[in-house]
This record gives sequence, structure tokens and C-alpha cells, in this order.
Amino acid sequence: MAFVQQSSPHARNARPTSRVMLWVIIAALPGLLAQVGFFGWGNLINVVWCIAVALGSEAAFLALRGKPIAFFLKDNTAAVTGLLLGLSLPQFAPWWVSGIAVVTAIIIAKQLYGGLGSNPFNPAMVGYALVLISFPVAMTTNWAEPSGLFSGAPDFVDTLGRIFSASQTSVDGWTMATPLDEYKHQIASHTAAEVLNHPMFGDGIAKGWEWVNLTFLAGGLLLVFLRIITWHIPAGFLGGLAVMSLAFGSNADQYAPLTLHLLAGGTMLGAFFIATDPVSAATSHQGKLIYGAGIGILIYIIRTWGNYPDAVAFSVLLLNFAVPFIDHYTPPRTYGHHKPRRGVPGRNQG
Amino acid sequence: MTQLWDFAGGIHPAENKHQSTRTPIRDAGVPELLVLPLQQHIGEPAEPLVEVGERVLKGQKLADIRSGIGVPVHAPTSGIIESITEQPVPHPSGLNDWCIVLRPDGEDQWRERQPITEYRRLEREAVLERIRESGISGMGGAGFPTNIKLRPPKDRKVDTLILNGAECEPYITADDMTMREKATKVVAGLKVMAWILRPERCVIGIEDNKPEAIEAIRAACEGTQIEVAVIPTKYPSGGEKQLIRILTGLEVPNEGIPADIGVMCQNVGTAVAVARALFEDTPLISRIVTVTGDALREPGNYEAWIGTPIEHLLTKAGVDEEKLNRLVLGGPMMGYTLTTTAVPVTKTTNCIIAATAAELPDPPTEQPCIRCGQCAEVCPMELLPQQLFWYSKSEEFEKAEHLNLFDCIECGACSYVCPSSIPLVQYYRYAKGEIRVQRAEQLKADRARERFEARKARLEREQEEKELRRKERAKAAAEAQARKQAEAEQAAETGDATDDRAAKAALVQQALERKKAKAMAGEAKPAPEQDDKPDIEALEKQLTQARSKLETMQRMLDEAKEQQADNVDKLERAVAKNHDRVTRAEQALQEARQTLSRNTENQTSD
Repeated sequence: MAFVQQSSPHARNARPTSRVMLWVIIAALPGLLAQVGFFGWGNLINVVWCIAVALGSEAAFLALRGKPIAFFLKDNTAAVTGLLLGLSLPQFAPWWVSGIAVVTAIIIAKQLYGGLGSNPFNPAMVGYALVLISFPVAMTTNWAEPSGLFSGAPDFVDTLGRIFSASQTSVDGWTMATPLDEYKHQIASHTAAEVLNHPMFGDGIAKGWEWVNLTFLAGGLLLVFLRIITWHIPAGFLGGLAVMSLAFGSNADQYAPLTLHLLAGGTMLGAFFIATDPVSAATSHQGKLIYGAGIGILIYIIRTWGNYPDAVAFSVLLLNFAVPFIDHYTPPRTYGHHKPRRGVPGRNQG
Repeated sequence: MTQLWDFAGGIHPAENKHQSTRTPIRDAGVPELLVLPLQQHIGEPAEPLVEVGERVLKGQKLADIRSGIGVPVHAPTSGIIESITEQPVPHPSGLNDWCIVLRPDGEDQWRERQPITEYRRLEREAVLERIRESGISGMGGAGFPTNIKLRPPKDRKVDTLILNGAECEPYITADDMTMREKATKVVAGLKVMAWILRPERCVIGIEDNKPEAIEAIRAACEGTQIEVAVIPTKYPSGGEKQLIRILTGLEVPNEGIPADIGVMCQNVGTAVAVARALFEDTPLISRIVTVTGDALREPGNYEAWIGTPIEHLLTKAGVDEEKLNRLVLGGPMMGYTLTTTAVPVTKTTNCIIAATAAELPDPPTEQPCIRCGQCAEVCPMELLPQQLFWYSKSEEFEKAEHLNLFDCIECGACSYVCPSSIPLVQYYRYAKGEIRVQRAEQLKADRARERFEARKARLEREQEEKELRRKERAKAAAEAQARKQAEAEQAAETGDATDDRAAKAALVQQALERKKAKAMAGEAKPAPEQDDKPDIEALEKQLTQARSKLETMQRMLDEAKEQQADNVDKLERAVAKNHDRVTRAEQALQEARQTLSRNTENQTSD
């Protein structure tokens, strides 16, 4: 009788990568819904288009590399990259802009580094940063105004036409600057009250954006609850941003207020869905806190004193660079040891 | 209420304990043959004390260690020694080992027994000796000789004695059923161990998923000072280090033992064995084994003689060989698979799982690690499993060791949760094995080097001693020469004044001494010549080396000056130093040459 020979443990109850990624997609859906509700069909079309391009380019490159295509496509990680780009790109971003972002993300940032698990940088953010630098006009003038589906914004077919039209006709009537951009530029010559008078800030913090961010926050908390991510990176991220805002930008007549920082732009999407990409993030709890805080602090710095109104992509990428360094100095203290063993073998042993 | 602490990480796997707790402990019966491995404990293997063909009585000692650490093996029943051969034994390697094979005669005839009832009147040493003589080694898994464990290092006082009834691993219920049915024996054994160690605190830790066992133990502890601590069910709470943390809040220092922090853990099965050894004079000849799994019709706990082939237990439990896909010895988290059912139950066999393919399915294909960190979240030792995995896989063992690879207890929690189904523990075992091999080789190389250096030192010492003797001889010769001359002068001075006889005697004496001195000098003389020649060669070599080094240094200095490098100062100093060296070497060579030519002249003029 031949029995199965296997190394322990014999029992396992893992949530496979594919299901982890599926949960990430599910948790992001309320945010997508809010985006569609306030900003029209653009995000949904972007998401579908980006996921399609992501799967297509992943499959093509896996074929080139001679890897099993179905095996890797089923892990849903390419789909998540596409999803994240679809959620963060401007609603009326032309098809080729989002296409280039996705192809860059999948092929250059992920597959060329060795595929799943080997990429040092967050693929979606590499794609985003590339198109942001390369096509600044397309990336700043295509944000939909938060009038929503309910008040005469372009319908589905119209939006589809805008995104996929060969010639980029102006979509001026339906687009506007983002609240972060608007505040940053107007506060130089106006008081906070005057700036906030603009309808884009609505009755609350930033019309539409606040709800999008709150739904991403809810989805993110679901991921924490499901233990797909730990609280450390989002906490460090939001904490770093908040501390910076309170320390330097408490005067609303000079700087954007904390509420706007937290609930406008890509803050919550970045904190819970983007910065938490495990492959390119720090590993230990302490390291994750430092990593998250670094992103939060950099976002504030770039938003306030830099040239970009939102800064999730750059901040995440810069901290991706720092991950090996952070990991090097933040191993946990092992049971029975007085202090963690930092550094490299042979030195700084504790 | 006992204060409890929590340990990091941990998982909650499906318990699968109910299958084997429905029926009371059953007797496994008499197998056709009993296979008794000579090594069932940590330490030296026992050596047979019986001959093939000999009839032995139940409880008779069959094998014992000659020296070192270890415990004896006893006959579980009366019978004939069939053979002493290599047999398959339960070990992850699947290798065979020496065993005594006993054919039971069915009479179950005991040897003479001498129960101890009033152990408190005995010396502690005598009780410890009885425990050793009864063949008791830890029954929780590792099988460390209990008498040794109960004798902690002299400078360590055990304040807290913990009885481990956590039994956190799924499927296994041997300790649970032992506590339910033999609670008084558990407590009696614990009392004996407490009497030996005199701890301030005695606590039995049981996971809260065993209410019947808790109740039984509580009843048995009534009126004693023993604490019964009900701990939350979380794997691996029964790991020694984790249980100590839960019950005391302390951590066993790495590379230390629990006694370092005044704690000792014993298993409930061991406590029962101690009680039986004393009060019944029954050595460790049987144990409770959980026989479970979906391929069995009657899973349950069996009291089986040590040496009972697992095949016998499986048959007893109604195995369906069609369905049996994986045979695990131990639990599903840390147990290992068996290749054959021929292996026997040993003192450490707590569980046998006869699993179907659906019950313990093959893991899905390994995927790339996405660094999700689930493994670090569940690691009870607070390690970084994914980093250990990277380093083990890329064979960067030094880095893996730096991240405390050897603190891994191989509990399997990381592999259990890995979304990429990476067999992490297997990687760690591989890395540990490789590092151990490297260490052994390093040790061998170190020893060889030490031997070589010792030999070199000895040869040098011998050479020096020879040189010293030579010098002493030369000195003695010179002194004799001087004395002879002085005496001759004296004789010349006094000779005229005194009688001829005395002068003659002095002359004879002088001649004799001259001859003796000449002989000695002749013996000593060739040595310096022989020494001087190689000296010149060595000095010449030294000079050439010094010159070439000076050249190199000069060249480097020039280059550095050209490039205006920072190290010009340093190089200049080095050049000056080497210059001195060359001068010195030249001087030494010249002197040596002069000495040699002088020596040659002396020789010719002699």
C-alpha cells in the first residue's frame, strides 16, 4: 500500500491568493458605485477597459515568457491592478492614456521584474505616474464635475464616445479641476471662505469626493476586518497625513484643511487599496507603520509645496524604494530574545 | 482565577477531536508480535540485556543504556524474544533501527513488583532512580528522559511546575481522554513531581475545548493547592514555550531552557506514567494512542502496549484500506507521514491519523509569494516567515539564521494560512538541515586546522629546544676552555715553586681536559656552520621580498600622487617603512656573510 508522502502541516485552510484579490475587488465596489453616482459613467468604463487591457497584456506576456497563462490569470492580481488604475484615472481620460498606464503597470512594472511577487514597485502606481508625467493635460483636464448621473451629465453612450473618440474634443462642459487643485490655487489670492464658496466643495467638504472617500474607507475597513490587510499601513498613512496637516496647515486661509486632505483626492483609495499592496510594501508591523507614515507625510509635502495637487502615486513609489531599508531595520522581536536582530548577519546582533 | 497571558499569532484549525472522544479508552489487545525499538528517547540507544529465545516476564527490563543519558526498555507482556534486528521504526526519515521483537505467550505473567506507597519517606534520588528504571521519557513528543528533566541544573530553582494538558493540535485526544479517565493518577503523578522539585506553584493548563477533562481534573485537585488553568483554544498553545507564556507571562530565553526562568513543563501522560511507576511498580509499557481519521470505522483512543504494530491498531479501529490515502503519525500540523503500517507504537506515539484523500487533500500548486504577511501574523514565535522563506529558497543561510531561523518550532501555522500554498516549514527544515551540515563540516575543518597548528607549534618548540641545548653545550665548552687556560697559567706560575710531581700531574690533567674540551667543541662546532648557510638564503629571500614590496608601494604612491588620491599620506609612510625594512635586510645579510667568511677562516686555520 503506497501512502501519500508529505511534509507537515497536513491540514491547511488558506484563503488562496485568487480569493484574497477577489475580496479586494469586492471591497472596492462601493467606492466605484459612489464614483459612478457622483461623477458619471467614466470610472466604470475606465475600470472595465483597464481590467481588459490588464488581463490581455498579462496573458500576452505570460505567453512570451512561456508561463502557464490560465494559472496566473486566475490569481486575479492583474485584474486588481487594472481595477486600481480604473478607479484612480480621470473619468474622461482618453482610452490610450489609460491603456498606456495599464500596459506599463503590467509589463514593465510587474512582468519584467519577474511577475507576481517580484515587483519592487506598485505596478498600478508606476503606470499612473508615467501617464501623469507624460500626458499632464489629459490627466488634469478630464476630471468630471460632481454633478452626477442625476443632473444632466453625459449618459453612458456619450461618455463612452468621449473616452474612445479618435479626436479629443473638449469636454469642457462637464469637467473641472479637482477640489485639491482648486483649493491649492485659489487660496493664494482668496480666503478660505471665498474658496469654499465654489459649488465643487458642496455643503460638506468636497462634493462627491467625500462620499467616494468614505465608501473606500468602508471597503478598506472591510479588508481589515477580513484580515486581508492589517491596520498598520492605513493608520500610518492617514496618521502621517493628519499630523503634517495639523502641524503645518492649521491655517485654512493658507493651506487646505485636514478634512479636505483626508476626504478629497485619492486619499482613502490610496491608504487602504494602493499602499497596502503587500508585494511592494514593508513587512513587519513596525515597518508597515513607518512605510504608511512616510507615504502620508510625502503626500502632504507634495500636495502643499509640490507641483501636483494629488500625490499618492509618487509618494507610494518613493516609499517603495525605501522598503528594503525599512525592512532591514524593523524586524520584530522574536520570542525569547531581548531585542530584534536588526541589520545584517555578523553585525548589530541583539 | 489564574491570570493568563496571550502569545503572539496562532491559528484556529478545525479541531476534529469529537471523532475520537465518543467512546472511552479501549484496550488494544494482544498483537502477534511486539516490536520494541531500542531508542525511543532522546539520548543514547539502550543495549539489549536479553538473548534471542529467552523467555521474559511482563515488566522485565529488556535493554538499558551502558552510559550517558537514556532510559531502559521493558517487556510489555511475558513472552519469548523472537529476534533482535533492524526493523521499520516511526521516524520521519523512514529508516530502520534496532528493535527487540517479542512474541507474547498470552500469559501476561508479571515479574515481581515492589510498589512504593510512602515515597515521601524515601530520598528524592531514590524516587528519581525509580522513574529512570521504569523507562519514563517525556510522552508529549520529544521523549526526553524524565528523571533528567526532573533534576534541573543546580543553580536553577523551579518555581512553577506546569502540567501540559493543552493538547492544542487537531485530532489528538490522548491527553484529553487520559485526564477524563485517569484524573486521580494525573494528579498523583504531578504531586510526586512537585515533591521532587518543591515548586511554589503547580498549575495544570487545559484548553477550554475539553470541558469534561477540566471537570475531572478539578475534582481530582479538590483540596490541593494545584491550580487548574483553563486557557483559550488556540494552536499552538500546547507548545512548551507558548504554554509557559500563557501561564506565567514569561518567555523562555532563546537557546535557554524553561528552568532558566524557573519553570518546568511536564506532560499529563508522563504524570500518569510516574504515578504508575511508583504506586504500582509498572514501568512504561503501554500508552494511550488516539487512532482516528475518516478511513476508520471506529476511531477512538486505545491503550496499547509499547511495540504494538500500527497495523494492529488500524485493524482494531476498522480501517478501510480503499479509503486510506495518507497515514500520519502525530497530529495534522506537526506529524509526519508513514510509508508502512509495520512501525510500532513507541513511548512518544500520541496519535495515528488514517486520512482519506478528501480529509487531508494534497495542497494546491505552489504560487509565488506575494509577501501578504499572513504567515507573520500567525507565527507564535514572532518570526518573519516570508523572509526566512526567501533566504532558505535562495540558500542565503547566514541571513536566515540572522532572522532567528533556529527559533522556529515548526508548528506549521505559516504553511496553514499561506494563500500561495507554499510548503514553508519544509523550506525551514531544509535550511536548518543544510546549516547543521555546514556547521559539522566547519567543526571538522576547525579541528583539522587546530591539529595542524598544534603540530607546527610542537615542531617549532622542538627546534627551539634543540637550539637551546646546542647553545648550552657551546657555553660549557667555552667555559671549560677558559678554565683550562687559567689552570695552565696557574700551573705554570706555581709549577716552578712546587715539586715536579705536582707539575706533572697538572700537565696530565691539562692534557686530559684539553682533549675533553676538544671533543666537546668538535661535537658542537659543526652546528653553527650548518645554521649559517640557510640563514643567508633566508635573508636573501627576505631582502628580495622587501625590495619588491618597496617597489609596489612606490608605484602605488606614484599613481596615487597622479590621481591626487586621499591615501597619499598613508602610502608615503608605507614607502618609508618599507625602505627601512630593505636597509635592515641588507645590513643583516651583510653581517651574516661576514660571520660566515670568518667561520670558514676559523675552520681552515683550526
